[in-house]
Amino acid sequence: MSNAELKIDKINDLINFADKQRWELGDNFHDLIVESIFTDANKIAGKVISSSKDPDQKSWETTLDRIVTSRIFGFPIMFILLAVVFWITIEGANVPSEMLASFFLDKLHPILKNLSASIGIPSFIDGLFIDGAYLAMAWVVSVMLPPMAIFFPLFTLLEDFGYLPRVAFNMDRLFQKAGAHGKQALTMSMGFGCNAAGVIATRVIDSPRERLIAIITNNFSLCNGRWPTQILIASIFIGSLVPSYLAGIVSAGAVVFVALLGIFLSLVSSWTLSKTVLKGEASAFSLELPPYRPPRILRTLYTSLIDRTIFVLWRAIVFAVPAGMVIWLVSNVQIYNLSLAQYFIDFFDPYALFIGLNGIIFLAYVIAIPANEIVIPTILMLTVTTLGISGIGGGAGVMFELDSVKETGDILIAGGWTTLTGINLMLFSLLHNPCSTTIYTIYKETGSIKWTIFSTLLPIIMGLAVCFLVAQFWFIFS
Amino acid sequence: MKKVNQNCENCPVHNISNLVKLGVDMVGYNYIVALAGNPNTGKSTIFNNLTGLRQHTGNWPGKTVSRAEGGFEYENNKYKLVDLPGTYSLLSTSTDEEVARNFILFGQPDVTLIVVDATKLERNLNLVLQILEITDRAVLSLNLIDEAERKKITINERELSKQLGIPVVPTSARSKDGMEQLLSYIHQVAVGEYVCKPYKVKGYSKKIKNSIEDLTEKIKLIYPDLPNSKWVAIRLLEGDQEIIDAIKSGEIGNISVTPNDQMKEVI
Repeated sequence: MSNAELKIDKINDLINFADKQRWELGDNFHDLIVESIFTDANKIAGKVISSSKDPDQKSWETTLDRIVTSRIFGFPIMFILLAVVFWITIEGANVPSEMLASFFLDKLHPILKNLSASIGIPSFIDGLFIDGAYLAMAWVVSVMLPPMAIFFPLFTLLEDFGYLPRVAFNMDRLFQKAGAHGKQALTMSMGFGCNAAGVIATRVIDSPRERLIAIITNNFSLCNGRWPTQILIASIFIGSLVPSYLAGIVSAGAVVFVALLGIFLSLVSSWTLSKTVLKGEASAFSLELPPYRPPRILRTLYTSLIDRTIFVLWRAIVFAVPAGMVIWLVSNVQIYNLSLAQYFIDFFDPYALFIGLNGIIFLAYVIAIPANEIVIPTILMLTVTTLGISGIGGGAGVMFELDSVKETGDILIAGGWTTLTGINLMLFSLLHNPCSTTIYTIYKETGSIKWTIFSTLLPIIMGLAVCFLVAQFWFIFS
Repeated sequence: MKKVNQNCENCPVHNISNLVKLGVDMVGYNYIVALAGNPNTGKSTIFNNLTGLRQHTGNWPGKTVSRAEGGFEYENNKYKLVDLPGTYSLLSTSTDEEVARNFILFGQPDVTLIVVDATKLERNLNLVLQILEITDRAVLSLNLIDEAERKKITINERELSKQLGIPVVPTSARSKDGMEQLLSYIHQVAVGEYVCKPYKVKGYSKKIKNSIEDLTEKIKLIYPDLPNSKWVAIRLLEGDQEIIDAIKSGEIGNISVTPNDQMKEVI
């Protein structure tokens, strides 16, 4: 007998022996092992731990937990906290946004233009880099930076304090009912920061079926690239429907509504998936509520500014620069006196208007696949181009200066936007394909092209359907 | 707050400046230290304290889903520190728990630094005992000791150390208390100055004990280089199909030959 055969023989022998032993020990071997460990742990703990606390006295933590996870108050508290965070963000971001915009766009942009003109840079190069790349970047900085610098520290403080696991605890019941894993509530919360991070976080889910559901539905969590879009459009179109002293609160409420709709759709699609293509029972798990810890405010400010704000901003800039160039090119490269952008917009306008959007929004979402952050700048620039507004920024394809929310609104309304367009853009911003980073992450995590395509198309189809329904209701009732 | 190592801090020999945070520089390390423990006990905070890196930490169980690695230098030795995902046990099968389990089992760390939440010591001890079943060199960080004090929980760390047979250091990673003593013990265990006598679970019945021992012997005959053959034996007795397949295909033998390279594949 050869060596290899001998080894195989030995291995089979080993497996048979193990099988026989297992038979003799019975099925409860695992339980016996666990029990022995628990008994010993208990014994050791008894020897070393002493507590001078009166066991009957309830700590404030227990009381607080009872309130924030209660069936009656749990969800309202969650909504109110979210609304307060958005309200502070919306109210607080306006002034610094204007200051940054006036510096980068009103002051620095003309200086750069004059400089390039004085040293004789060809207008093509000047347009591509200053009116395309630079303005895209400047826009992203002035619109994205203030809300992020307010929103992320607030969110991180809640996380640090230990509130997020309580949210997960509240949501757990709902996800179980939807046939998904309770831990999906955690990965969904991570998605509110970044969907790519949320998709990676699904590794905490044991069963592949439930993990796949969590990956597919993560995109329904508004990520931080989409918060500014929601906040801006809500301020323009929803806030303007009510008296100005209510505008901030109503806009914040609208954003909370869209975020909740995302959670709702996440539950509905999880339920649908677990009843159809991904059939199965939800598995049980235990979620440990971590203790409340006093947030270290300075450290939180520091890390959330460095780790999140600057990180996300940097990503936005990196994607905005090439996108700015693409925008400038599609608006300036002409065939038979019409720009490429115009062909696209004219072609899609009829379909888009039918579902309460417009061709510009479609084109913007194509250009902005790399990053959700640049959707609004792209839309504004394209609107200006098609309206033929001259004198702003100096020509076609220029991301123009934005002094205030109101002016942005004026441009959009001049571009034919109605309250319906605003509402549907908020909905479409919630329900469209994930950004390219997230798509790539889904592919890496699932290893399946089929599921990657499915996760990409599902939200677009839902988005188009929802916009269509809203538009039809709107047309009937107005 | 009680200073955990006041005397040591005053002593000139024990100075925190002996620690050099190396960040992601792990070139030419002498020892590997694995960082294990239940979720949300402060592993990542300790990791950041020692390496100077800024892994995002959060009050959030299950934050670390894959391994993070960093380096530090202490007493002229270079260490590679591996932050593992938090787990409640080594007996289950989710991806994050497997990462932790496989690394402790087959990554052959020189020291396993176990981080426990002092306010939930009893529950945390279950994992500690499971880790001590499969490794001989460990240090226990009794973390969140400040929180335990606030909750009026007192822990006799000397007795705990005696019981477990490994060094026990009360720490508060958030305020960086106890880090120096932790480093000193990691160093002592790594170089062999401190010899651990890890606690082995006693509650097994005679029959179980015999079965495990017999099977372990048989495994050792076929795969003499396999670390933790006892744990493999336990899994076999539980009928873990993955382990049975790994034995049949000989894959388990590969793990024992080049543990580090293999682990990259497995993880």
